[in-house]
Amino acid sequence: MTDSRTGSPAVAMRGIDKRFGAVRANRGASLEVTTGEIHALVGENGAGKSTLMRILAGIYAPDAGTVEVSGRDVTGWSTAQSISAGVGMVHQHFMLVPPLTIAENVVLGREPKRGLSVDMARAVLEVQGIAEQFGFDVDPRRCVKELSVGEAQRVEILKTLFRGARILILDEPTAVLSPPEVRDLWRVLRRLRDGGGTILLITHKLDEVIEVSDHITVMRQGRTIDRMATAGTTPGEIARAMVGRDVALVQDVMQPDRRELSHPLADLSDTPYVLGVRDLVVSAANRARAVDGVSFTVAPGEILGVAGVEGNGQTELIEALAGLRPVVSGAIELRAADGARRDITSLPVSERGELGVAHIPEDRHRRGLVLDYSVADNLILGSQRRFTRGLVLDAARIAANAREKTRAFDIRPSDPSLAARTLSGGNQQKVVIAREMGSDFRVLLAAQPTRGVDVGAIEFIHAQLRAAREKGKAVLLVSAELTEILALADRIAVMYRGRIVSILARTDASQEILGPLMTGAGADGVSAA
Amino acid sequence: MTETLSPPPPPPLSAASPERVTGDRAHHLEEALLPPLVALLIALIAGDALILIFGQSPGPVYRLLLEGTWGNWYGFGQVLYKATTLAFTGLAISLGLRAGLFNIGAEGQLAAGGFGAAITGLLLPASVPSMVVAVLAMAAAAGGGGVVGWVPGALKARFGAHEVITTIMLNFIVLALLNWIVAAHVHVPETLHTPEMHGGSLARLADISARFHGSAANLTILLALAAAVLTGWWLFRTRAGYDLRAAGLQPDAAEYGGIRVRSVWVRAMMMSGAIAGLGGVNYVLGYKHYYEEGFAGGSGFLGIAVALVGRNHPLGVVLAALFFATLSQGGLAIHALVPKQMVEVLQGIVILAVAAAVPEVRRLLQATRREDER
Amino acid sequence: MRVIDFLTQTIRIAIPYLFAAAGGVIAERSGVVSLALEGFMLSGAFTAALGAYFSGNVWTGVLCGIAGGLLFGLIHAVASIRYRADQIVVGIAINLLVVGLTRFFLRLAFESSSNSPRIAGLDTHGGLGHPLIWIGLLVIPVLTWVVYRTPFGLRVRAAGEHPEAAATLGVTVSRIRYVAVAVSGMLAGLGGTYLALDQHQFTDGMTAGRGFIALAAVIFGRWDPMRAGLACLLFAAAETLQIQLQGTQAIPSQFVQMIPYALTIVALAGVVGRSTAPAALGRAD
Repeated sequence: MTDSRTGSPAVAMRGIDKRFGAVRANRGASLEVTTGEIHALVGENGAGKSTLMRILAGIYAPDAGTVEVSGRDVTGWSTAQSISAGVGMVHQHFMLVPPLTIAENVVLGREPKRGLSVDMARAVLEVQGIAEQFGFDVDPRRCVKELSVGEAQRVEILKTLFRGARILILDEPTAVLSPPEVRDLWRVLRRLRDGGGTILLITHKLDEVIEVSDHITVMRQGRTIDRMATAGTTPGEIARAMVGRDVALVQDVMQPDRRELSHPLADLSDTPYVLGVRDLVVSAANRARAVDGVSFTVAPGEILGVAGVEGNGQTELIEALAGLRPVVSGAIELRAADGARRDITSLPVSERGELGVAHIPEDRHRRGLVLDYSVADNLILGSQRRFTRGLVLDAARIAANAREKTRAFDIRPSDPSLAARTLSGGNQQKVVIAREMGSDFRVLLAAQPTRGVDVGAIEFIHAQLRAAREKGKAVLLVSAELTEILALADRIAVMYRGRIVSILARTDASQEILGPLMTGAGADGVSAA
Repeated sequence: MTETLSPPPPPPLSAASPERVTGDRAHHLEEALLPPLVALLIALIAGDALILIFGQSPGPVYRLLLEGTWGNWYGFGQVLYKATTLAFTGLAISLGLRAGLFNIGAEGQLAAGGFGAAITGLLLPASVPSMVVAVLAMAAAAGGGGVVGWVPGALKARFGAHEVITTIMLNFIVLALLNWIVAAHVHVPETLHTPEMHGGSLARLADISARFHGSAANLTILLALAAAVLTGWWLFRTRAGYDLRAAGLQPDAAEYGGIRVRSVWVRAMMMSGAIAGLGGVNYVLGYKHYYEEGFAGGSGFLGIAVALVGRNHPLGVVLAALFFATLSQGGLAIHALVPKQMVEVLQGIVILAVAAAVPEVRRLLQATRREDER
Repeated sequence: MRVIDFLTQTIRIAIPYLFAAAGGVIAERSGVVSLALEGFMLSGAFTAALGAYFSGNVWTGVLCGIAGGLLFGLIHAVASIRYRADQIVVGIAINLLVVGLTRFFLRLAFESSSNSPRIAGLDTHGGLGHPLIWIGLLVIPVLTWVVYRTPFGLRVRAAGEHPEAAATLGVTVSRIRYVAVAVSGMLAGLGGTYLALDQHQFTDGMTAGRGFIALAAVIFGRWDPMRAGLACLLFAAAETLQIQLQGTQAIPSQFVQMIPYALTIVALAGVVGRSTAPAALGRAD
């Protein structure tokens, strides 16, 4: 090990540029990591952290800038080169082959051989040896598809250690872990560091940063903003660096509404709600109870914000409410204008739409738009049955609808015959919003409505959501951005591991209060530092 | 697997405003037309090579090919006859691809359709007016093909069984089953075909204009054109077509839009099978008036090429059907100089080249477009 | 005696299936759809006949047969891997192409539109006394070893299940697939070679759908070499039974022909043990 004071840093990246099509993921980003430390790379979603790390791992080549590892210029190297130089990356989405065993996954590409065949006995022994050394309890002969998320992550770490990784990159490693698993992970990382390893941790959770890191690099909008020692800084300082002063514009947009809340918490139980959810249980591919017994109501003229770290059941909740995912148990109720209750738990998507459920899906590219359809055709998706004359689509009415919506929602370019694919992200989202909010609806399910759109579009979308509230609509807003929730919601429900751990009035909530709740501190008693 | 099976994005047919869209349109057109052109060029080069290998010079061979097809009425009639069947199978396959399904079962569906038509004509008493027989036989052709198409659609919707494999396997099953029925129950002794129908035959073009004398071209060609127009109308003008294309392009978005993707699959496969089945009318009602083992003769597979080169658009399919029919018929014309099998080679090369050129051209065009933006 | 006859004939019928199915397993396990087995077999049969005829030597024929399958395997690989063409379309195109090419060169080489002259072949008098038969019987155990025991096999399985994961470990997925598809062409070409040598000539379209029966065996065998091999033997046994029952009219031959295909559909529909394909099968990258 080189002395961290005098020798070359483990990693030095300077002036890194990387663009994907029109998106500039990194612009002049830099990073310096000392050997033998745990270094946290923090920033909001889309700040360019993952891209920077993928460049370090040789998955992408930078458009400009230099990458040095232990003093050697390795700019633009390949994955294979980075691996043999001792750089290992644990991806946010696991890169494991489910039908293969742990040992097979670990040795893949670097198999110990006996004659022409893989020496599986030796592979198993070696994997077991490394596992024991770092306190993992795994049986290398087990199939990866049988593992829990926490175990799968250990296999990912084993893969890098097996290849002799001295620099370990972990991309949002705790996003999918339970608090005890997180504690285990910290223990392992510290042990690795104490053995001379260097660890790079991508995260946006400040409590984690404070708890394990030695130094912190803050990124924002593709740039490196600050580098600080963890000792002697506070979550507040880090947060300020993450959000930053020169994004005052965003701050303005995110400014909380100062008007009087029309439905103080105390009155809610008496007010007639529009959407009622009772003991809802929904399963996902990897979790039997992705939504685990959730109950809440949304009143007319109310925005109920759902806060939480992504992957805590928000997606499944919204999809179940929209009719895209079957409900295991529980009930969803919609109250009609005349006050009549309607159980919609098992209605198909189209009938929910007719009853006034509008839905802005979290992934507009996959669900919200048919990208190769024109804007006009996208503006009738979901209500295509109402734009017909007999069997035939009514072209005149579709065109009129498109003209009206492109004007009212300022969709640019204003030519509705263009394919939705050709529009910018913000305008694509406006198409979705124009379609969902441009006609009469009673409940709006808005999932990540401002993800990946520019500031102007954010402002516009927020204005639309507020306008819907003024008109007495019920809005359920799911967002990964706490600032957005705090700016818009009247009440805030915090989801953690499929449950709503708390529902607060906006006036009672703040970033400081919500943060720990989102990481399960309120529920499981885990310290969030 | 579905990912790669989804058809290339089609040129939009929605109502367009004139000016702003031209750039977008031109790109689409370029993307649609360039691959077939590239493929044609490659096929020409390969054709030259084959001709030279056989010790002939390309010029006279190609001249003979054109003269024997578009150069005389008989040849032209034969091209029309062959194109008619190919138009049906091509339309069938392109309809499936629009829904995101690869129907490789057109061969079996075509045979089942022809069988249905022939049996209907056989079972109806001779007293039934020929016109009525023809209509009922056509319905039976569509029904026969539709049932064969429905099976893989239902298996996919119900069990997730991949339609490519099930349609391939069904081809063999259907053909074997039909062979058995014909051989065991209804064949004319010493032949592989059923007895002639009592009525319902369609007029040949030669009956209308003597110049077509000897060619098999018949009124089914009108049915094929009607099928192309109807398919286009149905795909691009009706609500059901809107749903079908959405399900093919982006199943998740379709589901979000309240479209029941699984029933779209079943319906699309059934319709695809029905269209392929109607192709059997050309041979059975228009030409021989009986069902014969092996009459489909690979038209179901060539339909894949037709759909691919025709870029899944009814107009393109009709043109591609004419192209492949010209090659087939042209093979006979050039047989004096080079083996007619040369055109089979060319057909294979065209498919291979289009399949490889489509993603490549799209990538290149996107790259140049990105350059333009900078 | 009848039992021995039955087994011998079953094995002889199964050999081309075993070769082609082995090719199908390796290609599909690497993530490339194998609809061109029929074409590989037919090209192998033709080039084998060509080689055997002009050299008068069986083993030259065998080498030529392997080369013929390899050629089209490489064409398949370049089109579907380098050019990312739809693997299904490529498979079908190769099948059509090979039919045309064999007919064209049949005319060119032998001036016949139906068959080649008699060639040197397997003189086994209905028995199992030829190395090519033994190789055919060994191919499945060897493939099992390759797929489950060697580094290459491990990488093939990873490439077919999760290519991104393999790539992050420095495994070049495209290279693995090139090799797998090339090997699949050679193996299926050997299957065709066996047919031509066994019948002492090449006849037009002599594979007669055997490539698809091999594909059916791959799917029915759930992409496992052993199970696929057993499926080949099962299908061959049914065929043998049909041949031996011919004349008794017990079961129409057409129904026996349907067996492999019907079983495959049943397997895909999950009525008897769900069949699951490699996760990345058919994906361009």
